Amino acid sequence: MIGTLDARIPHGPLDQKWRSHRDHSRLVSPNNRRKFEVIIVGSGLAGGSAAATLGELGYRVKCFCFQDSPRRAHSIAAQGGINAAKNYQNDGDSVYRLFHDTIKGGDFRSREANVYRLAEVANLIIDQCVEQGVPFAREYGGLLANRSFGGAQVSRTFYARGQTGQQLLLGCYQALCRQIDAGTVQMFPYTEMLDLVIADGHAKGIITRCLRSGKIEKHAGDAVVLATGGYGNVFYLSTNARGSNVTATYRAYKKGALFANPSFTQIHPTCIPVSGEHQSKLTLMSESLRNDGRVWVPKRKEDCKKPPAEIPEADRDYYLERKYPSYGNLAPRDISSRAAKEVCDEGRGVGPGGRGVYLDFADAIKRIGEDTIRERYGNLFEVYEKITGEDGYKMPMRIYPAVHYTMGGLWVDYNLMSNVPGLFVIGEANFSDHGANRLGASALMQGLADGYFILPYTLPNYLAGQMGRRPSADSPEFQEAESEVRGRIKKMLDVDGNRSLDSIHRELGLLLWDKCGMSRHAKGLHEALVKIAELREQFWNNVRVLGKDEDFNQSLERAGRVADFLEFAELMCTDALERNESCGAHFREEYQTPDGEALRDDENYAAVFAWEFQGRNGQIVPPKLHHEPLHFETVHLTQRSYK
Amino acid sequence: MNFKLKIWRQPNAKTRGKLADYEARDISPNTSFLEMLDILNENLLARGEEPIAFDSDCREGICGTCSLTIDGEAHGPDHPGAVCELYMRKFRDGATITVEPFRVRPFPIIKDLVIDRRALDRIVQAGGFISARAGSAPEANSIPIPKHDADLAMEAAACIGCGACAAACPNGSAMLFAAAKISHLSLLPQGNPERVRRVLKMVHVMDAEGFGNCTNTYECEAVCPAEISASFIAKLNREHARAAIQRGAGE
Repeated sequence: MIGTLDARIPHGPLDQKWRSHRDHSRLVSPNNRRKFEVIIVGSGLAGGSAAATLGELGYRVKCFCFQDSPRRAHSIAAQGGINAAKNYQNDGDSVYRLFHDTIKGGDFRSREANVYRLAEVANLIIDQCVEQGVPFAREYGGLLANRSFGGAQVSRTFYARGQTGQQLLLGCYQALCRQIDAGTVQMFPYTEMLDLVIADGHAKGIITRCLRSGKIEKHAGDAVVLATGGYGNVFYLSTNARGSNVTATYRAYKKGALFANPSFTQIHPTCIPVSGEHQSKLTLMSESLRNDGRVWVPKRKEDCKKPPAEIPEADRDYYLERKYPSYGNLAPRDISSRAAKEVCDEGRGVGPGGRGVYLDFADAIKRIGEDTIRERYGNLFEVYEKITGEDGYKMPMRIYPAVHYTMGGLWVDYNLMSNVPGLFVIGEANFSDHGANRLGASALMQGLADGYFILPYTLPNYLAGQMGRRPSADSPEFQEAESEVRGRIKKMLDVDGNRSLDSIHRELGLLLWDKCGMSRHAKGLHEALVKIAELREQFWNNVRVLGKDEDFNQSLERAGRVADFLEFAELMCTDALERNESCGAHFREEYQTPDGEALRDDENYAAVFAWEFQGRNGQIVPPKLHHEPLHFETVHLTQRSYK
Repeated sequence: MNFKLKIWRQPNAKTRGKLADYEARDISPNTSFLEMLDILNENLLARGEEPIAFDSDCREGICGTCSLTIDGEAHGPDHPGAVCELYMRKFRDGATITVEPFRVRPFPIIKDLVIDRRALDRIVQAGGFISARAGSAPEANSIPIPKHDADLAMEAAACIGCGACAAACPNGSAMLFAAAKISHLSLLPQGNPERVRRVLKMVHVMDAEGFGNCTNTYECEAVCPAEISASFIAKLNREHARAAIQRGAGE
């Protein structure tokens, strides 16, 4: 059965919606704000900025993160930059253009109203961050510098060296520290959310485990905000931090929150390839390298083992330049990634296991000299050398796509509230703004837009009707959720089998990478669904988790996360199977144009797929699908072409 | 490659710890140091021994979570870089490697190699920020900032908050950490209004947390993964003197 979802998008012209929505939202007066407790899970750009802003407004905020400090959230690793339509370059940028580029980049699978609002508030973010002391790059005249990024014809990206995420996060962390000092925000580091508590149909609390002591705690609040990031680690190997996980959003899903477009995963084309079976994570090499590097593989399989210098020009296939002459090596992320996979599938990949392509700077060095290349990308060459032990100036780098970002997430309406009243979801954890493919430099924009400038308006609209409705943390709903959490932990420790967590997680990752990665087809997805269920059996019958519950126990932490990934993987494959079209990062091999490009089906699939959990008593049964049709009033749907 | 390892094991903050001997065999030179520990932990698990607890997250040198002292050096021998950026090819085959947590009095050990660095957060909470309410910021380009100042502020702001500076310092001083934040914010015009209060409060909390004083050994700079220059400590001292005089003069 299929239900239809209402995103509560305000009426009126696109550029008036947010303003009129703010004008008519309910408010909470200053002296009433301290009567509300807001639970925020996650302290990255979205969670940290929301906690700092709501604290400053006078709400009592409890903010939770699993790291030892909020400053370590994975937002810190973002390199490239943050978009805004300031038009400082006088090159024709506008809010409309930023909106249009973002919605087109997402292959027309996101909401017009949300994306337009994102583009509108982006300028405020830059103002806010500069005022906080974020040391953005500047020109000699002292004004802010910009650079260009994929999917845009203007220079609108603000950056702080290759460490933009770090600097934005530290700005937001410092704002959070100020509120902690002021007593409006209470910080719970080393604390993981293990369940959502729903009372009278509203999200009113969470169950947590302190990772240092193992203590299980109950926290009641007037609203719960999830800002827990993406789930790329379901693939085991990704550019995400080791701790990033799906647990908070997945457990909210199991309590009734809808999970939207879970199969939309961004696979970034330029990462350092896997070097061995013990590799624990993948490292991104900034996309900017493709400005000067040329991507190629040998034309013939036999040449793949030869040193690259011995392969003459005529025997090299510069496949991006060949297939996409107008964009060449700067073709967008989804398309470049698929092209790399294709040549490797043909057996023409290079390096260990044949999963790699060359990124060659020899021509650029000849043209502009090694010094100029060093000036532009020196730090990236150093990172490459540290990890691979190879000198990218002397021989071509090897790169391969890797899982990087997840566009899918919990379903939210225009207010960023899920279908469960009182449960708000912000940042990468929600699904709302990037459609089927995210453009570079817009993840940071979305996280901060949600936390600084959207949630502080939409949350009070909900809270205003909730005065005095916060239940006690000792009420039966909390006790029940706590005992569920305890039962689950005990069950994991009791298995006492022979297989290590990592071996199960690795196997799951390889399976997903193969069947639900850069390209998918129905047969493979069906196979994956069978194998995921088998792996889950393996886990619950044969996993070995040592140590105690009430203790610092890293194996137990990870076991809980892997258990959730093993269920979530099934949801991803189900979603990929249901969407019988190709769009953005979701490439179904059955649906392609004659020349192998993604073939969208706007008539039947211009919609968000939001899944409702149906299992009971530990049983996993197929979830129920809800549709949110996407209405395009302003933009014209076109086939993306980069030829 | 094969290695002999001496690794600090300590069940919790209250129990005494000791170095325990392990072996790592058939390690590829392309394995990172932390991946080598992952492999060791898998082997321990297979033998039914509890894995070694150690901290890491991003594993690309930016989050500042990893915190190991290897053969007496904070973050190991491959500077600049966090321990997650250290690869086994940097070691001699057959080497004996000693692995300990960062040892600083204000960073108590939680378990094995995991330490509690919340003292660093408390230093920032004391004033390591610019008060800027969301919604009230002026237009971003309304105050031009000379490129030199912005670049210098960025150099200081690059600190990843790992605490290696304090671990390397014979005095257990967190001066480089505090100096980086104070310099970053005082180099920018937006940081000016709170300049006096910031440095006085942060230094006060730093002392109260039990960090030592700076005696110019430059060990901090040598191990800093973000290459923060020790000259920022001189800036911190100037900022502090200036603030103390201003405060003293009743300004």
